[in-house]
Amino acid sequence: MKFLCIDCDAQMTFEERQQPGDGTFTASFTCPRCGRRVAMLANPMETQLVSTLGVEIGGRTLDEQPLEFTRTAVAGRDDAFAEVASRTPNAARPAWSRDAEDRLARVPGFVRGMVKKIYSDYARERAIAEITPDVMDRARTELGLEGM
Amino acid sequence: MRHRTYFDVEGSDRSALGEQVGRQRARVLARLRDVRRVVAVVSGKGGVGKSYVTAAIARALVRRGAATAVVDADLQSPTVARLLGAGGPLRVVDDAVLPALGVDGVAVVSTDLLLDDGQPLAWRSKAGETHVWRGAAEAGVLREFLGDVAWGLLAVLLVDMPPDAGRLADLGTLVNDKLFAIAVTIPSDESARSVQRALSAARDAGVTILGVIENMSGYACARCDAIGPLFAGDAGAHLAALFDVPLLARVPFVPPGASAPTLPEGLLDAVCLTHNVRNVSL
Repeated sequence: MKFLCIDCDAQMTFEERQQPGDGTFTASFTCPRCGRRVAMLANPMETQLVSTLGVEIGGRTLDEQPLEFTRTAVAGRDDAFAEVASRTPNAARPAWSRDAEDRLARVPGFVRGMVKKIYSDYARERAIAEITPDVMDRARTELGLEGM
Repeated sequence: MRHRTYFDVEGSDRSALGEQVGRQRARVLARLRDVRRVVAVVSGKGGVGKSYVTAAIARALVRRGAATAVVDADLQSPTVARLLGAGGPLRVVDDAVLPALGVDGVAVVSTDLLLDDGQPLAWRSKAGETHVWRGAAEAGVLREFLGDVAWGLLAVLLVDMPPDAGRLADLGTLVNDKLFAIAVTIPSDESARSVQRALSAARDAGVTILGVIENMSGYACARCDAIGPLFAGDAGAHLAALFDVPLLARVPFVPPGASAPTLPEGLLDAVCLTHNVRNVSL
């Protein structure tokens, strides 16, 4: 999928995507010549159709997690999955603040372990020692996790 | 005014949806690299005992030393995990999910392990127009069952297929030339008509058909073990002749208290591509 600025006859560059949590999806693009910005707005059905394919508009920002689509799409029971301790050494694992843990606890159990791993990987890759709600907000923005 | 097309614009496609789909398929093939065969158990209709036969074959193969696992592709009506006595939760370790273990050590993954008891397969999305995307969603779950589960080294990965014939083509796209099929029917003419469609779909998809199993082929008496008639018809032999494949087994219906029938060596050989095996009780 490419976006073309007709006036400049130039391919527009991907800027960012947003999933505000209401089932919709927004991707914005900028013309590198004239600076004009446009946004593609997808309704919930269109957003779901793309999500169902297991692909991401604008490219993937994260490695695919095991059973990622299944865990985010299927309405399953909370105790269906058990996260086994990662092979990553303890010293490399970021800590979770109380507020961050409280926020994580509000994520449905079916997908909670996967979401926790995504935030942990984000923090580890950036040498962040403690995950706080602020870190979670940054990760959501940077990784396009608004739907999580 | 004619605008330039996708191919006219030379810049890279950052979304690269085609490449993302390609990586999904590569992930499946990489995960199944150490799986010698994927055998789809098809029927084209419900109620023929396909899951029962799948579980029996899996147990028989494991007992004779062939590492065997089962994917329950009947996402809407999953039963094989329960038949194998497997339970959750599924354990997630780094980049893979470990399959549940059933009796005799048969590994299995099924939506039955994910859903609340008695609840149908349902989706979190409130997007509506479910009919538009449900098929793709189910294909996505099947793809992840194949590609995200740590199957390890297997002689056979059995796939308990849903009654509809179309899913086999999806499986063929993902698994390529490792895919084979076995059909399960009951003796009736009605079953023969449905199973014929499933076998035709397999043939059209280029899938090698290993043979036909006729299930509920008579009734095993609980008192004397004699086999009496149950259904009229000869669907197993008819389908085998029609598709020029072997009739691998006639499996009688066994009530509680009767001796369990055995799966013939030829059936296990056909599934596993090995020889010199003993009969194994169901």
